[in-house]
Amino acid sequence: MILSLVTFLPVLGAVLLCAIPRARESSVKATALVTTIVTFAVSLPLFLRFDLSVVDYQFVEQRAWMPSFGVSYHLGIDGISLLLVMLTTFLMPLVLLSSWHAIEARWKEFAVTMLLLETGMVGVFLALDLFLFYIFWEAMLIPMYLIIGIWGGPSRVYAAVKFILYTLGGSLLMLVAILALYFQHGAATGTYTFDVPVLAQFVLPAGLGQNLLFLAFALAFAIKVPMFPFHTWLPDAHTEAPTAGSVILAGVLLKMGTYGFLRFCLPLFPHASLTFAPWMFALAVIGIIYGAWVSTVQADLKRLVAYSSVSHLGFVVLGLFTLTPQGLVGGLIQMISHGLSTGALFLMVGMIYERRHTRLISEFGGLWAVMPAFSALFLIVSLSSLALPGLNGFVGEFLILLGTFQVHRLAAALATTGIIFAAVYILWMYQRVALGPITNEANRRLQDLSGREWAVLLPVLLFIFWIGIHPATFTGRTEASVQGLITQVQVKAGATAALLAK
Amino acid sequence: MSELIVFPAIDLRAIAPALVLTVTGLVILLLDLLPPANRKEHLGFIGLAGVVASLVITLSLWGSDLRAFRGMVVLDSYALFFNLPIGYATGLVLLLSLDYLRRYGIEAGEFYILVLFAAVGMMLMASAGDLIMVFLGLETMSLALYVMTGFFRNRIESGEASMKYFLLGAFASGFFIYGISLIFGATGTTNLEKIAAAITAGAGRDPLLVIGFGLLFVGFGFKIASVPFHMWASDVYEGAPTSVTAFIATGSKAAAFAALLRVLLSAFKAAPADWTMLLWVLAVLSMTLGNVVAIAQQNLKRMLAYSSIAHVGYMLVGVVAGGAFGSASVLFYVLVYTFTTAGAFGVILLLERNGQEAVRLEDFGGLATRHPLMALTLSIFLLSLIGIPPTAGFVGKFYLFGAAVRAGYIWLAVLGVLNSAIAAYYYLRLIVFMYMREPDGPPTVLVPSVSGCLALLVALWGVVQLGILPAPLFDLAQSAVLPLVR
Repeated sequence: MILSLVTFLPVLGAVLLCAIPRARESSVKATALVTTIVTFAVSLPLFLRFDLSVVDYQFVEQRAWMPSFGVSYHLGIDGISLLLVMLTTFLMPLVLLSSWHAIEARWKEFAVTMLLLETGMVGVFLALDLFLFYIFWEAMLIPMYLIIGIWGGPSRVYAAVKFILYTLGGSLLMLVAILALYFQHGAATGTYTFDVPVLAQFVLPAGLGQNLLFLAFALAFAIKVPMFPFHTWLPDAHTEAPTAGSVILAGVLLKMGTYGFLRFCLPLFPHASLTFAPWMFALAVIGIIYGAWVSTVQADLKRLVAYSSVSHLGFVVLGLFTLTPQGLVGGLIQMISHGLSTGALFLMVGMIYERRHTRLISEFGGLWAVMPAFSALFLIVSLSSLALPGLNGFVGEFLILLGTFQVHRLAAALATTGIIFAAVYILWMYQRVALGPITNEANRRLQDLSGREWAVLLPVLLFIFWIGIHPATFTGRTEASVQGLITQVQVKAGATAALLAK
Repeated sequence: MSELIVFPAIDLRAIAPALVLTVTGLVILLLDLLPPANRKEHLGFIGLAGVVASLVITLSLWGSDLRAFRGMVVLDSYALFFNLPIGYATGLVLLLSLDYLRRYGIEAGEFYILVLFAAVGMMLMASAGDLIMVFLGLETMSLALYVMTGFFRNRIESGEASMKYFLLGAFASGFFIYGISLIFGATGTTNLEKIAAAITAGAGRDPLLVIGFGLLFVGFGFKIASVPFHMWASDVYEGAPTSVTAFIATGSKAAAFAALLRVLLSAFKAAPADWTMLLWVLAVLSMTLGNVVAIAQQNLKRMLAYSSIAHVGYMLVGVVAGGAFGSASVLFYVLVYTFTTAGAFGVILLLERNGQEAVRLEDFGGLATRHPLMALTLSIFLLSLIGIPPTAGFVGKFYLFGAAVRAGYIWLAVLGVLNSAIAAYYYLRLIVFMYMREPDGPPTVLVPSVSGCLALLVALWGVVQLGILPAPLFDLAQSAVLPLVR
């Protein structure tokens, strides 16, 4: 029951919100915030009672839904989805809190949309039925589209339409691939089902069919990640979205792409995954370096952080396709780290935007003098983003490079340069924003962090340090599942090869 | 003296759903003569009662397989299933028309009668076991629709639409009846089952039959508005009163698909000429042309006209896929499309700006701030038209493209989903106007109408219910087509 509860509590909160009159804004805000906090509290037992030794799915719920079609309501959690679900429920209250004053119009509708979005996101990570997964995957687009399009910046409509058309286009091809897989499995085994664990047991014959299916899935996920060259929607969406939208986009939505690779591409199409791994490495490395270079020259803080996401997520994809335990665990940790650091960066950019109504780096300078607390926290978050040892970013990227080095030395070497470039764009940005003398008079009277802003940032900082200093709390929960996945992929790829040899 | 004329025993139950509507129509015809002369609302409610009775009878006859009039009428599960979209479309159109007609000063008792008679024609098309019966149903339906299209007597667009619809429709009927005569020439019968038997016996190679079927398809293509027989659609949809447009888009399309699918499944299943190739091409053309041209439309009714052409393309994908699964997916989609489209037209019809119907995109600017519930309702219908879960439109497309993939037409499914992505653009544009633009100019007002809102609620219920729990109805559709595909 607990998984259904975590998934649908936000919907319940949204329904409740609809009943509250718009004029009572403080009760609207309180209800929304309490809903997300309760959802987080309900999800905590998943983390605490998670059995580290179990490879399989835990807290499983399965009920027949469309039995004649092989569709079931099937939820479950394992080491791969656990941290992502926790990240989602953890970020939601912070995001709402950060929007307290930033969202000026239609707060109620905003909260309802955010809560529906949370259900969609949690559902994507928990669904173990391809049909159910696809429903959450698509349904979640609409709230995000509205958040960008209604509460976004000046060219929000363009960004929102671009976002939804890109992601819709990619995921519709995945729908055809899902259907093809379903019927191929049904024809071969006699059982027609969308159940992911059952389909994962199925050995598809190697060849064009499997490759096409892999590509259709991979396109949907690559657009979501986004991998170079499918990334062009991201800077627009990030820049135009309100802070809350940017944080959720970077923190959770992008992870759906990498999660999809891990949950579906690798176990369902192991042979094709291995075939295309070099290509994925190439795109990932291009993404890492290109994202970092383009970040360096951005004038707008949000665009800079957006392009840095392309770079950071390149690392994740690199790690996943190494199919080594280090690479996968590193990828998972990097997903969480990126969610925290980039989420925090967007939150802090939002905070100075609220004060100055500009995000141009050239407008700032010497903030340390007027906002010391802000600048100190901004430094920590920036350093975590550039993977300073002792902070969260280092753990993931180090593990990924470790895994990559065993498989593909050139890729590892090239990717490492990405960390250097990250130091360039992050530190240069930090220097221009926070250090030196105050160059702009408008910055002289800026207020330092308020109590609410401290409350938003401190929980994130806690985990930035926790992951950096004692990653075992988190890596430990992923290892069993990751090992299980790798074994499964290797066994299946072997079986496919054996089929091929016949 | 022995009887000169032998009347065959007629099982009236076989036409009971249509009969009820006919009787109701005749009763209204009589009551129309009685006062009050200036208010005809009660007639609409009587018609509605007739529709509900007809639906109840449909449900109570479920599972029966009745034949009457020497096989002219076949009331099997297949026909009964199609009575659902036809019945719902009729009911929704009546509900939407009640206030709408009075608002524009064209309320008349005849309108309700025409709606019911059109519905009779539709139901007879769905249960036709003979090509002549298909034609009779088609004409009954079409004649009523031609008149209803021109019901805005003092609007030139309405007259133009009616004239265009009538002329082109008459042409299409001519093709249709000529096709029937050629088929009769080739096989010696117009009964669908006997045609199938004749084809099996060797008449299939007769060029007359092939040409006859081609002409028959021209007639069907016109009624479902598939490319290249779609030219009339945008003008007729734009000119007709909006509730009539909804009826043309839903009811007449459902009936035409019912007859088309039955002809394909029962009479022509043994035909050696491969008609799937033809349908394949028409499906792709309809989807692509409908969606691409819809992007350029500024008038919502025209946009929905082209979108309906695209949706015919999707449904033809299911027809191409064939088999129990493909045919059932078409049946299911017809029902989904009925609720969605009737709902979308219903929202347009309830909104007014400057005393005119709100049919232009700009009229919907900032609707979400003024009428949040209407904006939300229309958005749900639009999302269903795009095919976003958890609406019915998603499940419908899922079944259609699933059937295509299963039958090996993967490329057709790929073209279908790519088309859905194109379609998303113009449906979302309306959502952009409603949610992301500020209202400017004179306000768009919501016309208070209890019956209209009731219609929207019914449509909304259909879209949500079929989206979340589609399995029972799809199983029903599958069991309805099974006897035909066997």
